[in-house]
Amino acid sequence: MKFLRELMFPVIAVVAAFVVGGIVVWLVGDNPFQVYGLMLGSALTWPDGIGYTLFYATPIIFTGLAVAVAFRCGLLNIGAEGQLYVAAFATAWVSIKLGGVVVTGMSGVPVQPWANLPGVALVPLAVAAAIVVGGVWGGIPGWLKARFGAHEVITTIMMNFIAVGLVSYFTQYHYRSQGDPIMETAAIGQSAYIPRLGSFIPGLPERLPVNVAFLLAIVACAVVYVFLWRTKWGYEIRATGANPLAAEYGGINVRRQIVLAMAVSGGLAGLVGVNEVLGYHHRYYDAFSDNYGFAGIAVALLGRNHPVGVFFAALLFAMLQRGGIPVDAFSEHVSKDLVQVLQGIVILFVASEALFRGTFGRFGLLKRSKV
Amino acid sequence: MNQIFTVNLLFSSIRLATPLILAALGGMFSERSGVINIALEGLMLAGAFTAASITYYAGSPWVGLFAAIIAGAAIAMLHAVACIRFKADQVVSGTAINILLTGIPALLSGAFFLSSGSTPQIPEGHLIPYTPVVIAFALVPVTWYALNRTPFGLRLRAVGENPEAADAAGVSVPLMRYTGVLLSGALAGIGGAYLSIGQSSLFTRNMTSGRGFIALAALIFGKWRPVQTMLACLLFGFTEAIAIQLQGVRFGGEEIPNQFIQIIPYVLTIVVLAGFIGQSRAPRALGIPYQKER
Repeated sequence: MKFLRELMFPVIAVVAAFVVGGIVVWLVGDNPFQVYGLMLGSALTWPDGIGYTLFYATPIIFTGLAVAVAFRCGLLNIGAEGQLYVAAFATAWVSIKLGGVVVTGMSGVPVQPWANLPGVALVPLAVAAAIVVGGVWGGIPGWLKARFGAHEVITTIMMNFIAVGLVSYFTQYHYRSQGDPIMETAAIGQSAYIPRLGSFIPGLPERLPVNVAFLLAIVACAVVYVFLWRTKWGYEIRATGANPLAAEYGGINVRRQIVLAMAVSGGLAGLVGVNEVLGYHHRYYDAFSDNYGFAGIAVALLGRNHPVGVFFAALLFAMLQRGGIPVDAFSEHVSKDLVQVLQGIVILFVASEALFRGTFGRFGLLKRSKV
Repeated sequence: MNQIFTVNLLFSSIRLATPLILAALGGMFSERSGVINIALEGLMLAGAFTAASITYYAGSPWVGLFAAIIAGAAIAMLHAVACIRFKADQVVSGTAINILLTGIPALLSGAFFLSSGSTPQIPEGHLIPYTPVVIAFALVPVTWYALNRTPFGLRLRAVGENPEAADAAGVSVPLMRYTGVLLSGALAGIGGAYLSIGQSSLFTRNMTSGRGFIALAALIFGKWRPVQTMLACLLFGFTEAIAIQLQGVRFGGEEIPNQFIQIIPYVLTIVVLAGFIGQSRAPRALGIPYQKER
């Protein structure tokens, strides 16, 4: 029963968002049923629709998990966007420096790599770089909060802009190939590539970009579950989030938990770099993130900050994203920006839980559960 | 060096500070009443888009400016209802507004102007390049006076610092907070309008490019006080002006990366928040929904 109640609320929020979105579509002059039909139809075709949906889901599973872990500690990590940028750059940097790539940057002087490692060594190192660098970038606001009481929402927003600036500097001035008009680094070493799912799953064409990072995202969901509910650290993080004063009184070092939760959160957001750099573009591409960090907030909220919920919420938003593409092409007035609108409305509804508790509470449908 | 530090730099700093001042003063009304407003970015986008499209249709920037004020306040109303009526997490609600407003202008301009990238060009005679600047700087003393010397300001601050006491004294906490948030929408709307029908002549996708967040940073840097916040906005406007001026300028053959100049406001804000340069103290009840005792 408790499980059903947990499920009921997100479903109501999504349905309500679709209704409001449908009204917007209708006001703009299109048929909402046709537009939604187009979206779902496109997202659920095999193999292209589903392949792309899983590909789009991968980054927002990571950022959704990131936001969820911080939430469980009572922290709001608005900084996943910055964390994934620095981490993705670090992934590319390791795969260039240790992947045997000579970079001829702006200066025109070729910079030799440090090593040319085989894939078995290079891929784990690149993934580790994503986790560590993302973790450090997330841990800094955690530390600022624990040590100085600086609010993590503001510091993470600021760190986002700092991340974008720093990474774009390193890309433009040091790791972009000479004469390349696009803001991107040189291509990473081929041994760092991770395979697309199509290369070993029969029936799935290899042209679809969904790659091993999607499997990593599933593993990450499981790891986060075990971490939060089966380890001492996870217990202490949740205790801190539930009631910091009680946790402190119970002998938990609340400040350390804050730093830990933010670092874990940043590390998870950093894994976006694996999908992006090792699995897809094979280089760091400046400003590649399609608001993944902010979508992660929607995903975490809709998924009730639980890994399973995050996984399905990410799939839903990924379907919308994939479904938005034909909307651009085939509907007269509506553009794929509808996806952003739906996402915003979903968050508003999920945040305004009391709205539904008031309406549905009267019928005993949504009682406040003890989470 | 002399080519860079000119009167032009001063003017361009003032121009660049204007939208920041408008949005930051707006944010001040909201935050001093106890409602976090990270939705400034979205509110500015609402103002910018509305101003550009209404000016295009009506042929008058004043109608456009007025519409931008209404649009900003209307979107702020969403934030207010979620935060005050339904006690939503204020940061989450603000984030939702920001995401919503990256979509809505593009969706509407796609539907009405058949281009989701931008609105049509507005003729030069229909632009207001100076008025919003005057409004912004005039609003600084007005805001100071309103906050510190009027019963309204006292109530607003009381609700943000100690809602229980304000409530006991007969002040309506929700009413003051709705007022604060709506004012923030109206002012951020003017700030956005200045971007589209003041500095430029059309709305382009995501044209605020983080200015709402810089305004928020300035608000914190200025310790939630009008004059200090204006100075912070001028400082941040100045760094942006420098970054623009230095583009492509070489010192001894080396190009100066303007990324380093662009991140200065953000680094400064973190430094201030951490208390390295004076403590910045938020209103005490900031971010806490008010629940009346039963």
